[in-house]
Formats: sequence, C-alpha cells, structure tokens
Amino acid sequence: MSVDRATVFRIAHLARIAITDEEAERLEAELSGILDWVAQLDELDTANVEPMTRVEAMTMKKRKDVVADGFCADDIVKNAPHEDDHYFVVPKIVE
Amino acid sequence: MTDLTELTISDAREGLRAKSFTAVELADAHLAAIEAANRAINAYVLPTPERALEAARRSDERLGKGEGGSLEGIPLGIKDLFCTKDVRTTACSHILDGFTPPYESTVTANLWAAGAVMLGKLNNDEFAMGSSNETSFYGDVINPWRREGSDAPLVPGGSSGGSSAAVAARLCLGATATDTGGSIRQPAAFTGTVGLKPTYGRCSRWGIVAFASSLDQAGPITRSVRDAAILLQAMASHDPRDTTSADIPVPDFEASIGRDVKGLTIGIPKEYRVEGMAPEIEALWQRGIAWLKDAGAEIKEVSLPHTKYALPSYYIVAPAEASSNLARYDGVRYGLREPGKDVISMYENTREAGFGAEVKRRILIGTYVLSAGYYDAYYLKAQKVRTLISQDFDQVFQSVDALLTPTTPAPAFGIGEKSGDPLEMYLNDIFTVTVNMAGLPGISVPAGLSSEGTPLGLQVIGRAFDEETLFRVGQVIEDAAGPRLKPADWWSASA
Repeated sequence: MSVDRATVFRIAHLARIAITDEEAERLEAELSGILDWVAQLDELDTANVEPMTRVEAMTMKKRKDVVADGFCADDIVKNAPHEDDHYFVVPKIVE
Repeated sequence: MTDLTELTISDAREGLRAKSFTAVELADAHLAAIEAANRAINAYVLPTPERALEAARRSDERLGKGEGGSLEGIPLGIKDLFCTKDVRTTACSHILDGFTPPYESTVTANLWAAGAVMLGKLNNDEFAMGSSNETSFYGDVINPWRREGSDAPLVPGGSSGGSSAAVAARLCLGATATDTGGSIRQPAAFTGTVGLKPTYGRCSRWGIVAFASSLDQAGPITRSVRDAAILLQAMASHDPRDTTSADIPVPDFEASIGRDVKGLTIGIPKEYRVEGMAPEIEALWQRGIAWLKDAGAEIKEVSLPHTKYALPSYYIVAPAEASSNLARYDGVRYGLREPGKDVISMYENTREAGFGAEVKRRILIGTYVLSAGYYDAYYLKAQKVRTLISQDFDQVFQSVDALLTPTTPAPAFGIGEKSGDPLEMYLNDIFTVTVNMAGLPGISVPAGLSSEGTPLGLQVIGRAFDEETLFRVGQVIEDAAGPRLKPADWWSASA
C-alpha cells in the first residue's frame, strides 16, 4: 500500500473534502492501486527529457492591460448561495 | 414527409433551404422524439423546448428571406459542460446545483451565430470524469444499442454519453461534446456515431467547465463524417479570451469530404496491438487497412514506443489539473453550500456532499501528486513522459500522413459491469488518450458491428491542425463500411 489511512485523511483535508471513515477505507485501497499502477513510469529514464509545458508550439499570447469587462456585480453574485448587497457572505473568519 | 429525425445535418440544411420543411417542423419532430425517449435513454438533463421553438421560428424568418447562417435551423444537443446563458449548466455535478451562467461559451455562441437551434442540455459524466456516463448526478445514460437478443442496458460511453446516445437515438441532428482522454471518440465508437476531437487550440475552451485544461478540447458528435466537418466549422474559432486558442485560420473542412486518399501514407502503430485485444477488434482493424489500401492509400507499419505509458502519465496530469481547477467549488460563489462550524468546515462539508465518488478520487490523486515531496516524482515525471509521447508522434508524422487504430479495445459494456474497479474503467481510453497527451486531432468513425451486434469504431489520428486529412480518410471508411448504423427503437415503445 503506497497510501495509508492517515495519508488519505491528510490529502482529503488538503483538498478540503470531509470524507467519512468508510470512504477513507475504500480510498486507501483505490488510491494505492492507482499510484502503484502509475509507478510503471519509473521504467523510463527521463533524466535528459524536458517536461512538456505547452501543448502546441506557440508563444503565450498576452492581452492588453485594459478593462474589457465590468459593471456587472448583479451577474457576479447572481448564483451565490448567500449574498448581501453585492457581497458573498461566508461564516465568520476572524473573531 | 420523411421522418425528419433521420436526416443528416447536410440533408436538413438542403431541405430547409429548399423549403421542403420548416425549422419549426424540424425542431418539433426532435422535441417529440426526446419526449418519447428521454425516460428510457436519459440523454437530456434539461430539454429546452420553448427556447428551441422560439429559435426555430427566428430561423424560419431568416430562411424565408433567403438569409441565414451555415447551421440555420439545425437542432443540436449541447453537452452540459458548455455554459449557456440563462440555461442551467451543472457539468452534471451536485456541487453546481442550479447554476445558471450569465454568459455563453464561445463554442455555443459560435453555433447560435450560425443559426443553430438548441434542443437542450445533454447528460455527461460528472465534470466529464468517466468512460461510461455512470458518474452523472442525473443518473446513467442508456445506450440505444443493445446486444443481440438481450435487453440488458449498455453504457453509451463517456464522458459525452448523453451526446453520443442522443445522436444515435435520433434525438438531435448533432451534438457538442468534449474530449480530455477519449470522451468524444469512445462514446462515438460505442454508439455507431462519428466523433471528432480537434487539435488542442482549435476550439475555444472559454465558458466550458474545466476538467484538465491542457487536455480538454471541444468537438462534435454526428451521424456522418460530413456532418462532423460542418459542425466543427461552426464551432472552431480563434478566441482572445482563451490564451491557448490557436490564432490560425479555420480551413473549409467540408471541402475535404470526398477528396480521395490516393498518395496518402497511413501508419499502423504496432504498439496498439495490445495483449488480450479481442480478435474481432483486430479483424476490424485489418478490414479498415484493406479499405484504405483499396482506396489508394499506402500502408506503413510504424512504432510509437511510449504508447503504454500514455495512460499512467495521463492519470497523473489529468487529476493534477482537475484538483486545481475544481478548487473553485467551495460553496461561496455558486452552486451548493453545506453549512459548517467555520469557513473551513463549510468548504469541507460542501465538497464532501457536492462531489461524487469518481470526482473525489481524482481530486485526491491530483492533490497527492502535487503535494510537497511528491511533485517531482509524479507530476514532473508525467510531464516528461508527455514529451516522449509527443516526440513519438512527431517522429512518425515525418513519414506518414495519418494513423489508423481501433477506437476502443472492446465494444460497449453493460451498466455496472466496470464501475467497481476504477483501473479497469480507465483502460477503456488506452487507444484515445495518447492523442490528448500530444494535443493532436483524432476522429472515430463507425466501421461495423461486433459479434454482439453492437457498434465498433476505427480511429484516425492526424498531425496537429490537420483535421482535413481526418475528414478525407474518415469519409473513405464511412463509405466502405456500408449503410449508416441505426439501433432498433425499443425506447419509444417503453415511454
């Protein structure tokens, strides 16, 4: 097993998902299985290979630094689960 | 009048221009078909009949004046991954409950500008993560095809299972779809339809719910190769709002249809002859080779030595990008919110309740491979392997014009047959995922039936931005394969 129960909970917390004990048990086996399987990449010597960081050979486009959109606060908060006067409302963060 | 749902897009285009029928009649015929079929097939998660009829009426006005775009009055289904202004878009995830975008994706905006009519939003695997359309929050899509002599439900492929099933069951003339590891081509193969994944950058990703941004690409599913060319023509464009959208002209794709393949060299990659591949898949492949040879193409065996590493490296790159992309679903700005004792537990409870099992699995894999201490061993390694896969293709495309492979290692499987084992499910994409890793275009064309009486597809892979060769070769396969495949209608009867 490349992933133990504690690691599953640690990753889940990093990913902000409150998994249950039953899920953790299943994920421990599943994640280990997937990670063991991808370990076959170690067969390849990639010491002198550049990582692929762009899909097509093109230079990154840069847009002009100008306002292209805006004045649509109603649209932005329209789908919010809890909104007040164009603010997103969340549980209290600072006491 | 002939059954309007049987038409291809090219037939319908002619019929509308000749005024043999109206856009409203065409939309009505499809809305009736959806009404009769959707309970059984579950292809549409949100039919939009009023909007469809309103758009069709406007198309009829334009057609009446001799005006109209290239898709004027053509009824289409739209995968639920495309944001549609004021029409619910959820990527078939609980976490996007009720989300109605205040904007339109570039691809769908292009379609509406060309006159197309939206029939509704199509089902897909949650966030496009799946190969069977069994991970949707809105339930499984059922393949209109069944095994001969059996009424056991089969999967329509995934993630674009709603798109493939709707096109196969004649519930739209064509559909939009997206492909991150095979999500257009594999469902097309499972349903006897044509599915094209364009070159990365050909279609704008703006307004498409993101899964893995360096792999995602939109494309069409249709019932003919010509229709795929017509639909891609309208979908593709350079879009300044997507920095990876290619700033190159979109060629006249339909002009490639019917151009012969004499003088083309077609590569047969020997690594795609995988262990345990069904003999009928091998036979299908040989049949395809013979068709292209008969049509005047030269056949050449080639080697893509890193093929077997494509799927494992994909399952590092795609989950890594997904874990990052899906970080935005936190219960604050849109969709579901589950309360918690503080803001962190609100995030955690929302994401626990909102994401399905497969999505969680991939987010966790992605979080793991990007976490401190593992980044180089997994993510950087996978990106290097991606370079090797891409170089394999560069190498063979020096001596061949396109590659021919099977689309899938087997025909459509049953609902529930593979959902217990994630790795077994992932192996479905073994022949399609290489293309995404290298950013190339690929098309799946129906090429015959399996011994079970279900469809099989052949895949043609091309050079970057050379979809035209795919249309040429694809048309030869379509012509050689014989009459268009059609599943027997069991679904309307059960409605």
